[in-house]
Amino acid sequence: MEMANPTTPSGCLCEDLDPILDRYGRDRGLLVSILQDVQEKYRYLPKEALERVSQALGVPMAQVYAVATFFKAFSLKPRGRHVFQVCMGTACHVRGAPLIRDKLERDLGVKNGETAADLSVTLESVNCVGACALGPVVVLDDEVQGHVTMAKTDALVRKVKS
Amino acid sequence: MTGAGGWVGGERVGATMTPLLRSPEDLEEARKRSRASYEAVRNYISVCGGTGCRGGGCLAVAQAIRDAVREEGLEQTLPVRLTGCHGFCERGPLVVIYPQKIFYQQVKPIHARRIVTRSAVQGEVLEDLLYKAPDTKEPIPHEEDIPFYRKQMRLVFGQNGAIDPENIEDYIALGGYSALVKALFHMQPDEIIEEVKKSGLRGRGGGGFPTGRKWASMKKAHSPDGRRFVICNADEGDPGAFMDRSLIEGNPHSVIEGMIIGAFAMGATSGYVYIRREYPLALQTLTKALQQAREYGFLGRDILGSGFSFDIGINRGGGAFVCGESTALMASMEGKVGEPRPKYVHTVEKGLWDRPTCLNNVETWANVPLIINRGADWYASIGTEKSKGTKIFSLVGKVNNTGLIEVPMGITLREVVFEIGGGIQKGRRFKAVQTGGPSGGVIPEALLDLPVDFDRLTEVGSMMGSGGMIVMDDRTCMVDVARYFLEFLTEESCGKCVPCREGVRRLKEVVDRICRGEGRKGDLHLIEEMAPEIADGSLCGLGQSAPNPVITSLRYFREEWEAHVRDRKCPAGVCKELITYSIDPAACTGCMACIKPCPEQCITGERKKPHVLDASRCIQCGACYEVCKYDAVVRR
Repeated sequence: MEMANPTTPSGCLCEDLDPILDRYGRDRGLLVSILQDVQEKYRYLPKEALERVSQALGVPMAQVYAVATFFKAFSLKPRGRHVFQVCMGTACHVRGAPLIRDKLERDLGVKNGETAADLSVTLESVNCVGACALGPVVVLDDEVQGHVTMAKTDALVRKVKS
Repeated sequence: MTGAGGWVGGERVGATMTPLLRSPEDLEEARKRSRASYEAVRNYISVCGGTGCRGGGCLAVAQAIRDAVREEGLEQTLPVRLTGCHGFCERGPLVVIYPQKIFYQQVKPIHARRIVTRSAVQGEVLEDLLYKAPDTKEPIPHEEDIPFYRKQMRLVFGQNGAIDPENIEDYIALGGYSALVKALFHMQPDEIIEEVKKSGLRGRGGGGFPTGRKWASMKKAHSPDGRRFVICNADEGDPGAFMDRSLIEGNPHSVIEGMIIGAFAMGATSGYVYIRREYPLALQTLTKALQQAREYGFLGRDILGSGFSFDIGINRGGGAFVCGESTALMASMEGKVGEPRPKYVHTVEKGLWDRPTCLNNVETWANVPLIINRGADWYASIGTEKSKGTKIFSLVGKVNNTGLIEVPMGITLREVVFEIGGGIQKGRRFKAVQTGGPSGGVIPEALLDLPVDFDRLTEVGSMMGSGGMIVMDDRTCMVDVARYFLEFLTEESCGKCVPCREGVRRLKEVVDRICRGEGRKGDLHLIEEMAPEIADGSLCGLGQSAPNPVITSLRYFREEWEAHVRDRKCPAGVCKELITYSIDPAACTGCMACIKPCPEQCITGERKKPHVLDASRCIQCGACYEVCKYDAVVRR
């Protein structure tokens, strides 16, 4: 897989990551947590950040890369300013989540798992957010939207596009 | 994100800064104070702050109620409290008025003023906000009288809704940490393990392994440097299950107390909670609870002056279903890829960092204080011969009353679905209930009288799993459900062993083509041939149980599979390639509601005249089907 272009908003990564690394005492056992915080900071994992983490923890780059590509939490590509997550848990599935996902793909012009070229929006599916009683569920920018219908999807898309 | 709890308005009477508790006597003193202040506030409004209600807008409701309280000048006398999940998520946001316990459902911010001025102050019951019995339409004012709650036995979940999860004082007031005192000061470690053994508690995460036996093995295991670990598995990965999240969000100290007791019994030096990243609120509540437990002296050095030292850290999962497997979970806690290893050596002997490690699920830990406090005999009196106690299920899917339920083991599926669950949505026909997540299976109508326990579910080809119960009706396609689980497992297979990585993928390819109407003669046999090979050859539980959803579906719903293969039809009307949409001119009223939502503009017609759907341009998106109020859009 090709690494994403490491354009980061805040310049030098080396110093930027120190607070995160220190927060976890540079404990290699906490690599997953550290990468999550790095991802939160940049909305993805830039190559330089992985290198910096590898060097600071004394963990081979191959292992950092393996972890960064194994877990769903991580993205090596920049993600959009808005993130749609369609819950694909069983309860949402039987209540019609696939139709909602298909509609979002059509209306956003983005395939599931991808980000728009202008970085405006990312569409992804998640395996259950634990709000099954509200299914089908869409999480838009960390906010749970329950009982999502086609009409409600239209409203969510409008909100993001405006 | 807003905090999960907190008293707003009205100082808690007698509440003072509690210093570090150094002895059981200190705790009892603190309990007296907490109880006095807890009981001093009798008239208050409780708003459910669980994730389900948040999705329904409960934070706005809570804010509106707080505003109304302030505008009425009642801040000093009428507190508003945000609690953990009450379970009845379908009906959220939920609001309860204390002390009368009037239960309001589907509350909106516009109701806030009436709730404050008329209900909380004047004691009036607002009938329009009450739950109404589906059959008689009779309004039911109290939570405990609602059928959804009546058949439940809320032991582990009992305090959810009664306590503010962000305030340890509430937990202490209601008897919290008394089991810890009993364990630390009145029991030997071996006695604790014996008690847990005798209780018959089995792991609530899915496997159902006897907890006491696991503890005993861990106790015996040798650690070269003395380090030993307990871990709480809160990486609830089963789609359709969310009881662990609600326990942590609603009553985190019950889990923490269970872990400390277990750690003392097994001689563990530190503990971890491995928590799912998709659960930000649970993470926040847990972090706060651990901090408070530390401040009060329930964690740290020399707990309550007992000489036992122990602390708990948090490890955030990276989002991988396979990390529910113990060795994969521990690998990821060591900063490695979450791949399982063969278990010739059990994790209780060599687990995290090769040290003895006991991993139990959230719900299992939360059962421990109950067992210690009320005794193994009491606990073992609940449930069936080999499955003791209660189990929390998430009852979801096409059922009327969705939410979290806690029931004694041995209750029948029929009671769960039709009495607690209130039957199938929109009066449709029950088809199956799925338990055990991607490792479990579907159970048909003929087996509805099956008592729910670990062994009986396994006997019929499914399993308990972590407690997801997804109800399906006649519009759920069983082939599609099997395909759904295979897709899930293909994505989640870690790829380490071939039978799982390749086998599940091949299985999915076969089911995929059946769903597309390209099934071949012999495909069903092929599936049945591959399934046992995958199960036998796989390294860990994920692969070993991966064929279950397909095999049970084939066993109980073979006709539906054959309809897909032989007739190229999807009787439930789900598989896109096998269905067509049309409009029934007799039922269509010409309301034009379906015309605008159609993305392909393939529906035409005038007002008050039957519309026409051009099937050649239809993409089966279902938009017209969703908006039609007259069942005039036909899907077959």
